Amino acid sequence: MSPEMEQGKIIVSSDRFQLTLLRLCHQILEHHILPEELCIIGIQERGVFLAERIKTSLTQMLGAQSFYYGMLDITFYRDDFRRRDTPIKASSTHIDFLVENKNVILVDDVLYTGRTVHAAMAALQDFGRPKKIEMLCMVDRRFNRHFPIKADYFGIAVDAVDEAYVKVEWEQKDGEDKVLLFSGKND
Amino acid sequence: MSLSQLSTKHLLGIKYITKEDIELIFKTATEFKDVINRPIKKVPSLRDVTVANVFFENSTRTRISFELAERRLSADVVNFAASSSSVSKGETLLDTVNNILAMKVDMVVMRHPAPGAHHFLSKHINASIINAGDGTHEHPTQALLDAYSIQEKLGDIEGKNVVIVGDILHSRVALSNIFCLKKLGANVKVCGPSTLIPRHVNSLGVEVEYDIKKALEWCDVANVLRIQLERQDIKYIPSLREYAIYYGINKPLLDSIQKDIVIMHPGPINRGVEITSDVADSKQSIILDQVENGVAIRMAVLYLLAGKRG
Repeated sequence: MSPEMEQGKIIVSSDRFQLTLLRLCHQILEHHILPEELCIIGIQERGVFLAERIKTSLTQMLGAQSFYYGMLDITFYRDDFRRRDTPIKASSTHIDFLVENKNVILVDDVLYTGRTVHAAMAALQDFGRPKKIEMLCMVDRRFNRHFPIKADYFGIAVDAVDEAYVKVEWEQKDGEDKVLLFSGKND
Repeated sequence: MSLSQLSTKHLLGIKYITKEDIELIFKTATEFKDVINRPIKKVPSLRDVTVANVFFENSTRTRISFELAERRLSADVVNFAASSSSVSKGETLLDTVNNILAMKVDMVVMRHPAPGAHHFLSKHINASIINAGDGTHEHPTQALLDAYSIQEKLGDIEGKNVVIVGDILHSRVALSNIFCLKKLGANVKVCGPSTLIPRHVNSLGVEVEYDIKKALEWCDVANVLRIQLERQDIKYIPSLREYAIYYGINKPLLDSIQKDIVIMHPGPINRGVEITSDVADSKQSIILDQVENGVAIRMAVLYLLAGKRG
């Protein structure tokens, strides 16, 4: 981010962030009685930060019961390859189990156009046929969806105009948990 | 998400790409290696891309490796071998390739006996060109997969000692390997009979060692090349038997040096000439890893070049 870039407005502060994370974990448990069929899969790169946190909290809540956890890189499945000027650098996929007949929750930081989730669902098919796929995100930007995709679990809904930019910062990476809203584009 | 791209539209040789390009290809290949070890070994990235494999020289391994890489990226593939084509009816290279391109082909993977054939083509056509070997000049994807295999085995390439043994004079693998390893910071020596060492090879920053035992004692990795009898129009060595005695790598020779060096070979192997079976099939040999990595490296090159627009 360049120094002259505007300061974003904090829409979720660190304290509330933690509560929201716990609420999301409880919602997952509410809908998934049998955690042994549950797969939490973080979408690279920033979805993995959220997935890691969900994993840590769920592990504490579940004690001895275990669930599956993985990371999915969708670079090779993107529908904008050869349509954008610069290719995107690939990240790692770590899914050492088959999702066949399992309940998958895809995790990303922001759900916006839905194209990432669309590509993630295509990528997931290479690991088997899941019983069900759900979507969890920290921020649900409900305007300007390009696909009929919705979040089953979300931290906060943001109804911002297309020019606005929402950024989720993570304690593991950026030092503090927070969600910021910028009024202009910020790439 | 981070963005990254190659500095070039074609892969004509290692000489013309940067260290950063090589590192990006390696990083991408690692992800593709993961893909090809899954139950479903395919990704849809190149589903709107058509690749022509144009081979004016015989090839089994490289052609199959490229074709697998293309198919695992979901590209459409057309194969073209010179022996079964109109080249034997007198068509020029440019005409042949232009005819293939008129059928809307996006990328051309080509092997040609003339050094520089790919450079010539790249000036005349729009498609991305990947050099799969041009005479005795370069074989860039082989060098990339060799260096990648060394990095995978030893963790790093910088500061490692690599000796290339055999027919350096006729080997495009040797030249591409020298460029690639030097760019990545390795120390490189070549070893072979003086008739098969190019005269000015020192100008590439490599040293010459004529004694195979000394070379093996110095190195961490020995990349053993085949004697290319098909390219030798005069006798460079008295006999293959004599070559095997002086430069062949065998178990007693390896046992006589104090450390476990890594043995590589780009194939095809002439067992009993440059390398004996017990060495080629030993634990020190990473020959089959090279073949596996070849597909991942070629997927990375195809993917990254296809991603370049214009």
